[in-house]
Amino acid sequence: MSAHAAPVEGARARRLTERVFRIRELGIVVALLLLIAVTAVLEPRFIESDSLRNLALNASIFAILAAGQTLVIITRNVDLSVGSVLGLSAFLAGDLLSSHQGMPLILVFVLGIALGAGCGLLNGVLVTWGQVPALVVTLGTLYVFRGLAFLWTDGQQVNAETLPDSFLNLGTDSILGVPILVLIALAVVLGVGQWLRDFRAGRELYAIGSNPEGARLAGVRSQRRVLTAFVLAGALAGLGGVLFTARFGTVDATAGTGYELTVIAAAVVGGVAIFGGTGSVYGAALGALLLGTITSSLIVLRVEAFWQQAAIGALLLLAIAFDRFVGVRVDAALRRRSARRAG
Amino acid sequence: MSEPARPLVELRDAAKSYGAVRALRDGDLALRPGEVRALVGENGAGKSTLVKVLGGVVRRDGGEMLVHGEPVDFHSPHDARDAGIAVIYQEPTLFPDLSIAENVVMGYHPLGRFKRIDRRAMHAQVQGLLDRLGVRLDSERPVRGLSIADQQIVEIAKALSFEARVLIMDEPTAALSGPEVERLFSVVRNLREHGSAVLFISHRLEEVFAICDTATVMRDGAVVHNAEIAAMTPDDMVKRMVGRELSALFPKQDAAVGDPVLKVHRLTREGVFFDISFEVRAGEIVALAGLVGAGRSEVARAIFGIDKPDAGHVEIAGRRLPPARPLAAMRAGIGFVPEDRRQQGLVMDLSIARNATMTRTGSLSRMGLIRSVAENRLAREWATRLQLKYHRLDDPAGFLSGGNQQKVVLAKWLATEPKVLILDEPTRGIDVGTKAEVHRLMSELAGRGLAVLMISSELPEVLGMADRVLVMHEGRLTGELARGEADEERVIRAATGQTTAAAG
Repeated sequence: MSAHAAPVEGARARRLTERVFRIRELGIVVALLLLIAVTAVLEPRFIESDSLRNLALNASIFAILAAGQTLVIITRNVDLSVGSVLGLSAFLAGDLLSSHQGMPLILVFVLGIALGAGCGLLNGVLVTWGQVPALVVTLGTLYVFRGLAFLWTDGQQVNAETLPDSFLNLGTDSILGVPILVLIALAVVLGVGQWLRDFRAGRELYAIGSNPEGARLAGVRSQRRVLTAFVLAGALAGLGGVLFTARFGTVDATAGTGYELTVIAAAVVGGVAIFGGTGSVYGAALGALLLGTITSSLIVLRVEAFWQQAAIGALLLLAIAFDRFVGVRVDAALRRRSARRAG
Repeated sequence: MSEPARPLVELRDAAKSYGAVRALRDGDLALRPGEVRALVGENGAGKSTLVKVLGGVVRRDGGEMLVHGEPVDFHSPHDARDAGIAVIYQEPTLFPDLSIAENVVMGYHPLGRFKRIDRRAMHAQVQGLLDRLGVRLDSERPVRGLSIADQQIVEIAKALSFEARVLIMDEPTAALSGPEVERLFSVVRNLREHGSAVLFISHRLEEVFAICDTATVMRDGAVVHNAEIAAMTPDDMVKRMVGRELSALFPKQDAAVGDPVLKVHRLTREGVFFDISFEVRAGEIVALAGLVGAGRSEVARAIFGIDKPDAGHVEIAGRRLPPARPLAAMRAGIGFVPEDRRQQGLVMDLSIARNATMTRTGSLSRMGLIRSVAENRLAREWATRLQLKYHRLDDPAGFLSGGNQQKVVLAKWLATEPKVLILDEPTRGIDVGTKAEVHRLMSELAGRGLAVLMISSELPEVLGMADRVLVMHEGRLTGELARGEADEERVIRAATGQTTAAAG
């Protein structure tokens, strides 16, 4: 019947939606390149391979945490406890390896991830069954987990010299010129990104964040999905903790303090809407890379520490303003399209 | 289909209670292939509860449900879906951020290798459904920005996607324009031809008679009538929807009716209500009747200055009110008891005393500080006058029962010595005893010369309390009935847009 006219309108709408996504992620890439270019002009040593390598290494752990955070934020929740979970798991890894020298590394990773998943499970259970807002639950567990870390470490710290070299090498070695840490982060981001994009469970997370009541009526098992998101975010924070120890060698109870805010900022800069329903893991990872690069470039340019924080804040506001602007434009365009079709 | 086929889904004696309230009883309903059945009844007759039972949103606590003759129990909307039952709710339940295709197949995406979603198959499938429905919509477009009519089409496509044999539509036409209703009807006819059963809920009787084959009438939570549409007339149907005796609970005493106090002149708010003019005199109780969504509360909000009207104005005792200024309306002597007591009428966590005196904080304060002695004195005075049942005046208002909460809201406004009192659903959710007390109070207030405008969806209340009944239908005044000529049928007819009751 009228099917012939549909593809024309369809192609246009499709192009529009695709363009928006590209703009969002390309925008960060462009900002990133500009930033590197400008810094490189002012301070050529910034693009030496060592320096770029450090940039990627610094962003890796944040990118892993941001991937987990994205899962949670997409369901219209938030996890503020990831920094504390990272701290717990980092100390666990350091403690295990320094007291049991021969322990297989894979076991350390499994235990670190399991610890994180356990923390995430607690968050998830309180949010879904306890019906307590995630902001409150994870603010509480942020302090609880950090407190546990202080109790456990008892003022001690794990030093690099007590850790096996094979473990520390994970934080510094490369395969084909790419640091192992970066490879792990890439694998995580790609894995989670594909899960979110191409699997039913991942798509249901978007549905839950986009319209929670609608998801329930559509037969989505929301509680289970939200619980899964929290467990995965916790597990990834646990993984981040083990990698933190491998990279820095020295760990005390304060490891990862304040990471949660950087991670949420990275996700938001990367286009993950704080009210759920939109965004991608790739954007969040790029956001983490951008935030890390800004900090490094400001340090290289010997800008005072105060300005570094201000710059990150400004970037965050800019990203939100941009999203709002694009959102309004897209809404208007879609409405016009509907009206034209009806008329 | 003339031979009686086996029902696709059937309810027998289904019942559901919420606490002490029996929302549904004697729920008998059968839906056969190729049947479009109307479900009609007044607001609160139990239609929504019945739909929720069928849709697996709430669990019945009595009776039987059969699908293809087999007894079933739905624990969630998921189960209803698996049984081939799709419900299209009044409120859109779509995901604005996702594409039309994903909205349709959410949770049931076609899968390719390794359980990955096969996007190409998904879009082909959904585009096929949309084409079958004869609509020009692109499956890859996000749902954000779609009109209500198009959103309903997406919901129908969703129902088709899992080959639902039973489609339940809860007031699908409420927000649609003429051509959109026509398009929906052709889709419904198409479904009927394919052997589906449709349960169609609407307040518009002309639509019911245009599209439905059979009808189920509900009243006071029970199914009271099941019949072929051909065997019924609209009059018949209205009688069965109403058909109850007027209780003597509503004792409006005669009061001397004085000069007009509230005058509403050609008030209009685009898309909500149009050209509303009426007046309320001192000592008079005027009821604003109509169906939920007819625009009654919106008119009240505009009179009180909460929403800004696009045209028209309001006069109090001959003085014109500035638009959209609630404070000015208060000063001019309007009191407004809103529909939603808990959200808009009271601050639940604040004390009874503070709630009751909230409108009077100016005169109760000295140098900007509210004196709690004066506050308590005033609150106690009103508590006594309204026979409020409370433990202590500094208990939170949330501790009180519904009826007593309403008395606190009334006290708040009566303390301002208003000339006009607007009451939106004054007795909703209040038990019978306290209801009578609220009615006695209203009657007494009118007797003392107050002009009262009451919005109510309960016909007995309207007919018992009002000196005059104004009826609204889809944003317009469709009837004005004096006390003597107002009866249930006339009010319902005007409220459902049956224009036989000409405005008098």
